Amino acid sequence: MDLTLRIWRQDGPESPGGFVTYQVTGVSADASFLEMLDLLNEQLTEAGDEPVVFESDCREGICGTCGLMVDGKPHGPWEAAAVCQLHMRAYADGDMITVEPWRADAFPVIRDLVVDRSPFDRIIEAGGYISVPTGAAPDANAIPVAKETADEAFEGAVCIGCGACVAACPNGAAQLFTAAKIAHLNLLPQGQPERDARTADMVDTMEQFFGSCTNHAECQAACPKNISIDLIAMMNRDYARAKLRRRGGGAMT
Amino acid sequence: MADDGARMATTHQRHTRARLGAQTAQPLRRRGSLLAELYRSAVGKKYAMAISGLVLMVYVLLHLAGNLKLYAGAESMNAYAAWLRVMGEPVLPEGGALWAVRVILIVAVIVHIAAAAQLTAMNRADFASRTMRWSGVIVGLFIVYHLADLTFGWLNPNPDFAHGSTAYGNVVASFSNPVVAGLYIVANLALGLHLYHGAWSLFQSMGWSNPAVKPWRRGFAIAFAVVVAAGNISFPIAVLTGAVA
Amino acid sequence: MELDAKIPEGPIADKWDTHRFNLALVNPNNKRRFRVIVVGSGLAGASAAATLGELGYHVTVLTYHDSPRRAHSIAAQGGINAAKNYRNDGDSIRRLFHDTIKGGDFRSREANVYRLAQLANAIIDQATAQGVPFAREYGGVLDNRSFGGAQVSRTFYARGQTGQQLLLGAYQAMMRQVHQGAVDLYTRVEMLDVVVHDGAVRGVIARDRLSGELLRFAGHAVVLATGGYSNAFYLSTNAKMSNATAIWRAHRRGARFANPGFTQIHPTCIPQSDLLQSKLTLMSESLRNDGRIWVPADPDDERPPNDIPDSDRDYYLERMYPSFGNLAPRDIASRAAKRMVDAGHGVGPRKNGVYLDFADAIARLGSDTVAERYGNLFDMYADITGEDPYRVPMRIYPAPHYTMGGLWVDYNLMTTIPGLYAAGEANFSDHGANRLGASALMQGLADGYFVLPATIGDYLAPRLGEELLPTDHPAFVATAKDVQERIDRLLAVGGTRSVDWFHRELGRVLWDQCGMTRNQAGLEKAISEIAALREEFHTDVRVPGDNEQLNQSLEKAGRVEDFFELGELMCRDALYREESCGGHFREECQTAEGEALRDDERFSHVAAWGWQEPGAEPSLAVEPLDFAHVALATRSYK
Repeated sequence: MDLTLRIWRQDGPESPGGFVTYQVTGVSADASFLEMLDLLNEQLTEAGDEPVVFESDCREGICGTCGLMVDGKPHGPWEAAAVCQLHMRAYADGDMITVEPWRADAFPVIRDLVVDRSPFDRIIEAGGYISVPTGAAPDANAIPVAKETADEAFEGAVCIGCGACVAACPNGAAQLFTAAKIAHLNLLPQGQPERDARTADMVDTMEQFFGSCTNHAECQAACPKNISIDLIAMMNRDYARAKLRRRGGGAMT
Repeated sequence: MADDGARMATTHQRHTRARLGAQTAQPLRRRGSLLAELYRSAVGKKYAMAISGLVLMVYVLLHLAGNLKLYAGAESMNAYAAWLRVMGEPVLPEGGALWAVRVILIVAVIVHIAAAAQLTAMNRADFASRTMRWSGVIVGLFIVYHLADLTFGWLNPNPDFAHGSTAYGNVVASFSNPVVAGLYIVANLALGLHLYHGAWSLFQSMGWSNPAVKPWRRGFAIAFAVVVAAGNISFPIAVLTGAVA
Repeated sequence: MELDAKIPEGPIADKWDTHRFNLALVNPNNKRRFRVIVVGSGLAGASAAATLGELGYHVTVLTYHDSPRRAHSIAAQGGINAAKNYRNDGDSIRRLFHDTIKGGDFRSREANVYRLAQLANAIIDQATAQGVPFAREYGGVLDNRSFGGAQVSRTFYARGQTGQQLLLGAYQAMMRQVHQGAVDLYTRVEMLDVVVHDGAVRGVIARDRLSGELLRFAGHAVVLATGGYSNAFYLSTNAKMSNATAIWRAHRRGARFANPGFTQIHPTCIPQSDLLQSKLTLMSESLRNDGRIWVPADPDDERPPNDIPDSDRDYYLERMYPSFGNLAPRDIASRAAKRMVDAGHGVGPRKNGVYLDFADAIARLGSDTVAERYGNLFDMYADITGEDPYRVPMRIYPAPHYTMGGLWVDYNLMTTIPGLYAAGEANFSDHGANRLGASALMQGLADGYFVLPATIGDYLAPRLGEELLPTDHPAFVATAKDVQERIDRLLAVGGTRSVDWFHRELGRVLWDQCGMTRNQAGLEKAISEIAALREEFHTDVRVPGDNEQLNQSLEKAGRVEDFFELGELMCRDALYREESCGGHFREECQTAEGEALRDDERFSHVAAWGWQEPGAEPSLAVEPLDFAHVALATRSYK
């Protein structure tokens, strides 16, 4: 199929950006969306133009590197799929597709469709872990975990850190990302000793970079891993608990 | 050798500062009282909104229940209005309980609006919850008019307006004007929308998401909003249609 | 050249313990006087960085990703092995050791493999304590499943995303050290060379991918944990950015490259659907636990799969290998699939696959249980192919997936450059000629959590007080200049073809001649074709843009240039090894039944190659392999 693409081009963080229209020809319906962009780039390169810069790595929906706004939807029209999993079967010959980078204050554009998502690492760094130095672990079966609990924790653990939740949110909030990690660790028995400190530090760090939640639930709709905003509710509860018990945070001064 | 670590760190930090694509966080500090510390965060402000909202939800429900006396006739309605002034006696002075309730409501409204304004200001993408904002503003303006009309009587068309004893007549006089009745209807539709999103958000902000609660959060929010809005809207309609005169 | 693997003396079960006792230690207060550079943030790199940071070393971590969590370990699906024997089914450290040696077709080092089997249990403990949500039974204990090449259930798993969960555990542990200031993390920098001076590694040169600036990092020791080189084949299950540049540039500076021809072709991937496909997608080997593999018995059978009765199907793995059946090891399952497709039994529109059928499993277990076990894999398959695997059998075909070869390392994981270590898939150490399923995660984490943190101290202890080489030292300047010249040269070619075009061509040559089966004529042909392609690359590649910004074509050009050289070495190694073992199948060396025929007389050794400019025969050093604990035998999975 032949397609018309409106793609956001921007040379660098400080440069002005804008849409440029391209024609891409000979796209197979079996190709993935990113393979369609590969094809465009190959056509651009051989025509002497600079290819469109976009990020991707595993191309099977698990690494979280890719992320594009396709016709205004994070990761495009398919439910519960990253844009690398979107296939061109979703389109018909002659379609026009608009491709943009994530739009959020906390994610400045680096070039074309690539943004800086490093605040996510800062949130994890603030407390998204269980402090167990290598070698200090008891036997793995020493702490039984009910299957239901393990499954519930897993619902948060599946987050791939792609940033679609932030891009979808009218406030540019990162509540779903933060809540997913907090839920994963706070639900497990191993995560209890640091529960308050983790929650307080991660939320406080999150708020340095991102907007706040106004319960639109757009994040949930955009999440390629179907993570539920129920986890945000849990984070809110744990945050109040952490603050009111004054145990939150190792950085008390 | 002692400064070796420091020297190494400088070499590396020079790189870090020069590099794009790695935003840094500020160190976290804790200060102030427990509640102030909680309130400082956006999540804390949502808590404040949720708790003040809950107080106001309880109030609108009781307010509706009281006003249903309109359908029991003038005597019943007026007696209820008069009772509101003497409730709590003799422990409390006349009007004491009423004022206590009013103070709680005033505080709740202030907290609710202040937290909403601050949250909106904090959000980089200057957007907030659009529905909540305009429905909130309509409800807020309506409350001012409503107090001036039926509580203080400044705008009430009833020539015999007296605090407490003429409630039935005040309502009928006010709602007989189709413009005023229409205003009440529109305002209560906005209130219903506000309550629907608010009641649902309450669960989310307070973190009430356990499996026992989860399935009926949405239903509760709808039911609550519909009952309050429909109940309140029924009064001007009843007056306009002559069912209550 | 003599290769000293530094294998400790003593009984095999005590070697690691004895060795740790004999290793020199660095006093806790002195550890902060050392800086260790870790390149790569996958399982091996992140776990090493976290642990070294916990111990008190200054650590610098370099990753070319925007976040360390993106490393390709994240895509591992199936699971991680350990001899916990929680199932009481006869497992033991000795059995895991035995299975791994046998699975590797007797081409790995016994002492390393035994240590790996010993350390596996502690990995499970560590990961569980970190909050890795392994699958559990209703009673709350950990669940296990079986995996190819084993007759016990020793694989721990987290749905079909075990790699993701283990990597996030290691990443989080590392981020904790970043927060505490022990680890300096550099994202979006790509290591392009190692700095060797005075007989030891002194640091690395890395390019800031956003600004093009070459950064110089000095360290007392350097760990390369940069993964494998399956992307030499262009189409593989590896992530798009996975490459061999870090290990290859180290090889050019003196690190020997061991067994480059030992590559694993994974049996269960989704077949290629069109010619411009960018990568192949793996379907976890765990699917073979419940799925049955078959092809139509008649090559001309055009019926849809569900219309073909059992009597007209050939469940060829069950027929050829009755005791292991669909759980035959990867190399064997892959070759069997190739044989079926080559004989015309292939299925699907391009006749390039075999069926993996879940109809029996769904009838036996119900589709809910099947969904619980494999739901995310089924969804992934449906997204890619547009077919519903709950109703229609999956189509699968082998694809390059893992490389057992890598930098030669001794028992301490040190390469032939003193102070330079290689961990995880980047080294050659533990899998011989074929890796068993669920063993890659085990090895990466054993290297990072347990082996390196112990062995690096032994190298560093005598160097206490040694200053870091200043980054304006002539050795740094000269290496940085080499790197810059290479970049400038690539940008200056100004040809007509894209980098991807050359990569695809190289991949086609390697896949055809150095893939699932190899022969002398084909390998010789490949070597000359690769040389011609490389020549053309240097005169006709077009790298648009410039160096001073994020330039993905430039990055790819550097990687593909290295793949050309590595690809040639893969073919030379495969040509040299006149035997069939594991994933290396020489058509000249097979039994009458078509099974691999090893030549233990001539090839029971590791082939470690030295760097040589392309076109000439590189120097070879061999490390003899001694099998004192597992009797050399022909592998049989019948």
